Order: sequence, then C-alpha cells, then structure tokens
Amino acid sequence: MNTVVNAFAVNAASTPAVVLQQWLLRRLGPAAGLWLEEALASLGGGGSDRDLYRCVSLVSRKLGKAALELDAAERAAACVARPDWDPSSWTVDQAARILLLLVTGPEGGRFASRLDQLCATADIDELVAFYRGLPLYPEPSRHRARAAEGVRSNMKVVFEAVVHRNPYPAEQLADEAWNQMVLKALFVGSALHPIVGLDRRSNAELARMLGDYAHERWAARRTISPELWRCVGPFAVGPLLEDFSRVLETGTAAERAAAVLALRNATDADAHGLLDRHAAFRDVVAARGVDWTTVLAFN
Amino acid sequence: MRFIDPHIHMSSRTTDDYERMKAAGVVAVIEPAFWLGQPRTNVGSFIDYLSSLVGWERFRASQFGIRHYCTIGLNSKEANNEELAEAVMDILPRYLSKEGVVAVGEIGFDDQTALEDKYYRAQLQLAREFDMVVMVHTPHRDKKAGTIRSMDVAVEMGMSPGKVVIDHNNEETVRAVLDRGFWAGFTLYPQTKMGNERMVEIVRQYGSERIFINSSADWGVSDPLAVPKTGRLMLERGIALEDVEATCYGNALRVYGQSGQFDEAHWMTPEAVDQRSLFEGNSVLRGQTPRVDDAPAPAVWAEDVTK
Repeated sequence: MNTVVNAFAVNAASTPAVVLQQWLLRRLGPAAGLWLEEALASLGGGGSDRDLYRCVSLVSRKLGKAALELDAAERAAACVARPDWDPSSWTVDQAARILLLLVTGPEGGRFASRLDQLCATADIDELVAFYRGLPLYPEPSRHRARAAEGVRSNMKVVFEAVVHRNPYPAEQLADEAWNQMVLKALFVGSALHPIVGLDRRSNAELARMLGDYAHERWAARRTISPELWRCVGPFAVGPLLEDFSRVLETGTAAERAAAVLALRNATDADAHGLLDRHAAFRDVVAARGVDWTTVLAFN
Repeated sequence: MRFIDPHIHMSSRTTDDYERMKAAGVVAVIEPAFWLGQPRTNVGSFIDYLSSLVGWERFRASQFGIRHYCTIGLNSKEANNEELAEAVMDILPRYLSKEGVVAVGEIGFDDQTALEDKYYRAQLQLAREFDMVVMVHTPHRDKKAGTIRSMDVAVEMGMSPGKVVIDHNNEETVRAVLDRGFWAGFTLYPQTKMGNERMVEIVRQYGSERIFINSSADWGVSDPLAVPKTGRLMLERGIALEDVEATCYGNALRVYGQSGQFDEAHWMTPEAVDQRSLFEGNSVLRGQTPRVDDAPAPAVWAEDVTK
C-alpha cells in the first residue's frame, strides 16, 4: 500500500492521505481493512472512472459510518499534515471517501472534473464528505467553484461541510463570496464560531451588511444571533456603534455579552467609551470567562 | 403507532403532507423512481432526478422526522424512448449502491411493448448483478395478463420471487401473485386502483402474509395518508392487530430489509453521527432551542390516526 501513497507524497510521514489511511486501518476490522486496501490499490495513481464511482459509493456499506474520534496525537498529526485542518468531527465514511479521491493522483484538472462527476450523482453523506475534503485536494484554487456550489446548497449539512471547521473558504474565497457565506450562515441558523478564519477575514463591507441585516430583523421583530456582532466589532464606528449601544441597553443577556466581546476588538475610541459606560456588565463577562464558543449559553 | 409507506412520490408532495404524515405515525417512506407526468427528453434530467432522490428529498424528509429511502430504475413509460433508455441504463449502476437505495424499481410494463420488455429484462439482470430486490409496477390496462407476464419474465430472468414486489394489485391479481411466492403490494387511490374498504376485505380474505399497502401518492389525485387511514379502518372492521401491523409496517420492512439498507434501527435508535439525523434537533445545537421529539413509542394502534 505504501507504494500507492508514496506515488504522490512529498513527505510520506505527514501527508493527509498517509494519516487518513493510518487512522482508518487502526479502526477497521480485518474484512473492512482489506476492502479499503484493495480499493486503494485499484485507484492508486488514477484508476477507472467506473471503479472510482463504485468504490466511493460502496464505502458506507463496506466500512460503516462510525465517528473517527481522533485522539490527541492524531489531531496533532492532522495539523502537521495540513495546517488548520480539523478532522475532529469526521466519520469513517468521510475519511475513506476522501482518501480514495486523494490516491487517484495530484493532477488538478482531472481531479476536479472527476469530483464534478461524483458530486453530480452524490447522495447527502457523499456530498458532506466531498466538501469536507476541500482543504486536502490538489491545486486548491481549482475548487473555488465547487466550494461556492456547496455554499449555495439548501441542505444545511452540505452548507456546513464547507463552512464549518474547514480552512478552505478563508484561504480561497474572495471577499464578496466570503461575506455572502457568513451572511447565509446567520440566515439559515448556522453557528459562526466554527468558521475558520472568521476574525481574520472580517471586513468593513461585511460589517455594513451585518448591520443592515440586524435592522431588518429588528424591523420584523425577529431575533438576532448574538454571534452577528462578532464581525461588526472591529469596524464599529458611527451608526454601527449606535447599534451596539442599542444591543447593550435592550438586548438579551447573550446579545449583551456578545456586544462586549465584539467591542473588545473595536479600534474606535468611542467604542471603548461605550464599553466603559457598561463597565459592570463588561466585568461580569470577563470574570465568567465568556468567549465566542460559550456566549450563546450566557444568561 | 408506526407506519411505513413503501411507495410514495414525495418529490411531488408538499411540506404540509410531510407534517400530516408524521403526525399520523408514518416513520419511513420509500420513493420509487418513476416518471414526472410528462416524458423527459434527455439523460441529464434523469441524473438530476435520481440525484434528488438520494439527496435533496431525503434531506427534506429528515426535517419532518421521516426517514426517506428510494428505489432506482427506468420506468416503463419512458422505456419506450430507446435512445433515452440506453443512456439511462448506462447511469443506473452509479446509483444502485448508494445509501438508502432499497430496490431496483419501479420497473415493468405499461403498454406491454417490445421496448418495455427489453428494458424490464435488462433491469432484472442489473438487479441480479447487484443482488437487489425489485419493485414491479403492473399496468393499468390489461392488468391481469400484464401482471402474470411480469412474474413470468422475472422468473425467466432468474429472480427469486421472495425478492420481487408485484405492486398495484387488485382482487383479480392477488391470488396468482401470492400463490407464486411473490410479495403483493396494494395501492390505495381515492378514485382508481384500490379503495380502503376493498382493502379491508382483501386482508380479511387472504390474511397478511406477503401483503402490504401503500399510497403511491404523487402529482395526481392521491392521498399521502392512505396507509394510516386504511390501517385504522382495518382495526375498526375487526382485522387482527398483527395483520394490520404486518400490512402497514412489518411486511415492507421484511421485503425491503433484504437490501441491508432499510432497518428499523434507523428510526428507532438513530445514530448521532448520521448526517440525516442531525435535523432531529438534539444532535447539534446552534444557539436555538432544539426541537426534541419524544422517543418513538412502541406500536400502539391509537384511535386518532387521522382527523
């Protein structure tokens, strides 16, 4: 099997394909492990389209869908193999499907066209796997249209496969696409905190869009996710600061705590003045160690 | 109170239907690939349709707490377009191994033409290669002869009757189907096919072995609650509980369970990692109050099946 993997591995000890294969073989029984090794051998370096489609589909029937439940050493190996890669929530079928794709070789054009074919006839769980694999595919910039297609999906699990715990969007999407993605996450009720690079990719235009969205929700007397304010904080000046003032005075506990967290990153002096006017609450948020992963539960 | 509707075209139905079905106790549905009321003109529309059966529609059902399965095949009407049929036969193998595909179907005869015969046989061959159950659509016209011919061809092609469902039966066909060891599906339509009252009498006469019912609800006049309604009527008319359970739930599970893709555990004890169960609400919190459904209750045939 090593020959298959080494065929395209620059550093065999640490590529995603190598670690995926190790993780799988540690977890699979003998029959399932043998099936996987045979499938990898048949696809190594390319394989036929028919074998690829069939093997990828059969994965869930042959290997099951258990959670990988990576241990600390394995999660560390993931980071070495691919910076910012977070497969902590991956399942056996997802890992195996992506591994099968990866061993077909590093030529990006062929890879992308076969991925298109696979996505055209995919079931839900296959789509989730293919989109979770985006950060591992060869020639990353070739897959931007694929990522955009996933973001467009009406199926929340598919959308989140691109958007959550996936470094690809922050690395590859232009600002316009990135901003739409964040807005859509709020729109469909997806959490923002699992988005990789959320703070790094914040921008003034996104802050404006989110402010407008908040006003739309207020006008309709609908609730607003406290997470919305995270991407607004660094750009809070003028009218956006007035929005923060409104949240701090009339918001729910979680919204007010989110406003405090967001304003910590504000650059405008008036923003810190606003925070000072709510010093008691600000200090409670600090004392309780609230952060963006726990703010939704703050009360 | 649990029901399976083993033949229903949910792609043609509304979310109101899903809500009513869930409330009436439907836990799982099987959506056979069929035609769309007008003929498709190219293989691309088949690809999109079949992909929606394993993708979007399954997701949509999950949002209402109903598990969605499907059968994959080239229907008899469109088998009459030979160029299209050839192209569809080429893509079917790409779908047969997908998760939740429980059979090849619905296939068989419509006008009983030579082309229908050709592609019925070709798909029976495919079912044997992939070791799958087959769902056979029997024709509206010349029904009795068409049903017998469907069974003859299936046996000729080497299918075991225990892996073949002969669907859309009536009083005239049921005896032959049961005697030859096939499974007998009954479709309850408000105006054509079987009525609820007639169905009660069939179960009274033939019992429940290898007999089960479905709504075949689609884009025409049809009733997505036909299975729970008929189950209730059977109980009211004194049919034994175990016969109602078998015809409205258990037999569908037994025949399509042979696929390995259709398992009671999917709705009784959904796995937390299963992507399609995430939308039941309690697996992933996104800051909103989750919808937490009660655990599935044991089979109790309550009175309030439907209003």
